[in-house]
Amino acid sequence: MALQLRRKTHESVIYIDRDSAPRIMPSGEDFILEDLPIGTRVLYPNPTIKGLPNREAAIRYALNHPLGCDPLFAQLEPGMRVTVAVDDISLPLPPMATPDIRQTVLEIVLDMLAGHGVDDVHIIIANSLHRKMTEWEMKRMVGPAIFSEYYPDRYYNHDAEWADGMIKIGETRHKEPLVLNRRCAESDLLIYVNINFVPMDGGHKSVAVGLCDYESLRAHHDPQTIRDSDSYMDPARSALNHKVTRLGKIVDEHLNVFHIETAINNRMYGADMDFLLRNEDDFTAFDRMKFEAMRYTMGKLPRAARRKLLHSRPAQYEMTACYAGKTELVHEKIVAKGFEQYAIPIRGQCDILITGIPDISPYNVYSILNPLLVQVMALGYHFNFYRNKPLLKKGGVLIVHHPCFDEFDHQFHPSYIEFFHRLLPETRDAFTLREKYEQEFANNPSYIEMYRRGNAYHGAHPFFMWYWGENGRQHVGRVIAAGAENAHVPAILGWERADNLTEAIAMARSYMGNSAEITMLHQPMIGIADME
Amino acid sequence: MAGAAFYDLEGTLVSTNLVHTLSFYARRQQGLMASFTKSASTFLSLPVFAVTDQYSRKVFNDLYFKRYKGQSEDRLRYFANELFEDVIKPAVFPGTYELIDKSRKLGLRQVVITGALDLSVKPLMDHLGITEYVTNRLEFVNGIATGRLLPPVMAAATKASWIRTYTEREGISLSDSYAYTDSMSDLPMLSIVGHPAVVNPDMRLRQTALHHDWPILNLK
Repeated sequence: MALQLRRKTHESVIYIDRDSAPRIMPSGEDFILEDLPIGTRVLYPNPTIKGLPNREAAIRYALNHPLGCDPLFAQLEPGMRVTVAVDDISLPLPPMATPDIRQTVLEIVLDMLAGHGVDDVHIIIANSLHRKMTEWEMKRMVGPAIFSEYYPDRYYNHDAEWADGMIKIGETRHKEPLVLNRRCAESDLLIYVNINFVPMDGGHKSVAVGLCDYESLRAHHDPQTIRDSDSYMDPARSALNHKVTRLGKIVDEHLNVFHIETAINNRMYGADMDFLLRNEDDFTAFDRMKFEAMRYTMGKLPRAARRKLLHSRPAQYEMTACYAGKTELVHEKIVAKGFEQYAIPIRGQCDILITGIPDISPYNVYSILNPLLVQVMALGYHFNFYRNKPLLKKGGVLIVHHPCFDEFDHQFHPSYIEFFHRLLPETRDAFTLREKYEQEFANNPSYIEMYRRGNAYHGAHPFFMWYWGENGRQHVGRVIAAGAENAHVPAILGWERADNLTEAIAMARSYMGNSAEITMLHQPMIGIADME
Repeated sequence: MAGAAFYDLEGTLVSTNLVHTLSFYARRQQGLMASFTKSASTFLSLPVFAVTDQYSRKVFNDLYFKRYKGQSEDRLRYFANELFEDVIKPAVFPGTYELIDKSRKLGLRQVVITGALDLSVKPLMDHLGITEYVTNRLEFVNGIATGRLLPPVMAAATKASWIRTYTEREGISLSDSYAYTDSMSDLPMLSIVGHPAVVNPDMRLRQTALHHDWPILNLK
């Protein structure tokens, strides 16, 4: 089995041998070099698919040749009410270099609307219960021209707690309610502009989740749904996706939605930092020099400055596809395109899975990756990046490398603090937390005001973050936090702690045996382990 | 057990403070000269108020309420509605209504605890639909203010003490209660409830809130 496992099966999978260079691992705001045990399988991001040479042309083509409906221009009439909803800052990660794809799509769509005499146009950010985007972020996302014309009266964030701004559309036969943004629901045409960053994005999730309220969201953002999702990055086997699709059918019954989805490649960094995505054995002398220079510079900076520096590097993603039209038809095409970029064929599960946690997540853009978000990246996102079956065997050991600072952003994540320090020490059981505390947090007037008037995540959001790790928690035997600078954060999360990776691997081997198969996800990466 | 929401008023739910009220009355003395003199002396007192407020709320109160000495009760009451319409109502923060509404929907008793004067607070309480409030009260002798307050003087620890007594009497759980204030002097009040929050805080209170991981609200 071991020999079979070590046979090279794909260019994104390499095995560590005696001559292998040490691997670069992110650990919070740091990048460390680690020697891995011989035989360790390392997964890298797939080679980048070349972006479309003329994305404006591709977008125009998609608008004029939609799937399952009339072209956009044919649906427009003077005087009609149109709302354009766009994805929020949670994707792509890191935020992409300007012009953002959303800006390009909006420029084309708004131009077309104006050309057809459509004046009543609003742009709404579909942030659901995420934090509202700041003025600066909103400007960056759509460009100064659109911003100055539409902000703040006609370009704003969705507000799930504004009772007058929401309307009940209906409910599924499973009694799942759907309350949506009133402006979107009462528009003659809702145009949704999506960037598909991972396979769980887009599709019916865009409208039914991005523009809904708390009660609608809690119907499917629950521990059992996540447990039943195998994984939530695999739409066909995701209970979450099935529930959202049910709600999407109601959306399609009541709203006229013209869905625009785009796929991007995995070019996370430009030439200055792209060595982070490559096999260290193939490094040139210049690559090594760049890494050492980066490490030296980062080592001289305080942590806040390191974070600022990392967050200020825009991603160099390119658009690889654009489709428009009816939601399901469009989404099917885009998900297929996404898997083309992300799927890495893998044979054989591992006993020990190692993943460094970089300072990037959908929920801490320009902010701190707090302990709850470290948890969601480990047991949520990194664990769920698979298709067919998990990369890690049932009961296996997950090693995460992160300092696990007990640090929270008071402006963005106020309810996370209370959740982490008050609730988790009492219980880690997701069902108990949901039953006993979720609604208390969701209805806490302070958190509601901070969500509405500030830039805070909704009071219920930390619960969803905990549920997000639920299938990982049920599957994984142990989690070891390597490099954790304190003992209490891993303890509160129910994890073990190790000083460094070597110690963590030794601990994991003591549980799984000396012949345990080890796999490492070479972070930062977006890749789906396509398990045989 | 039920909970309650305790609010400080000035600076928390409205942008005005005690000095706005004093200035309003100073401008409405009998005769132009009296109005001018009173306004000028109030204006000149501002630095003293600012310094004493930083030092001690009790000392501030002693100095501040002396400015009312010699005012007639009738006159203060007569102008109370005008004070509300012209000064206080426009100063209510937009988020105030929502905060109270959300809080009320949770079934929390709504209680305002303020160092402001009863006669200036009542119209606002009617406007916000709050029936339970406790304020400071001026002492009047023969209808003329003496410049002293009747006990208990609502400030700092007294507010916390009043909340304790109130919750015991009404069978309200402190752990399930909320408190909102903008002032460092109300730290005792924040410390005794289960859900403290600071509103539009100054630098000192913001640091304290960050230290204790309390929510920081901006109702503006």
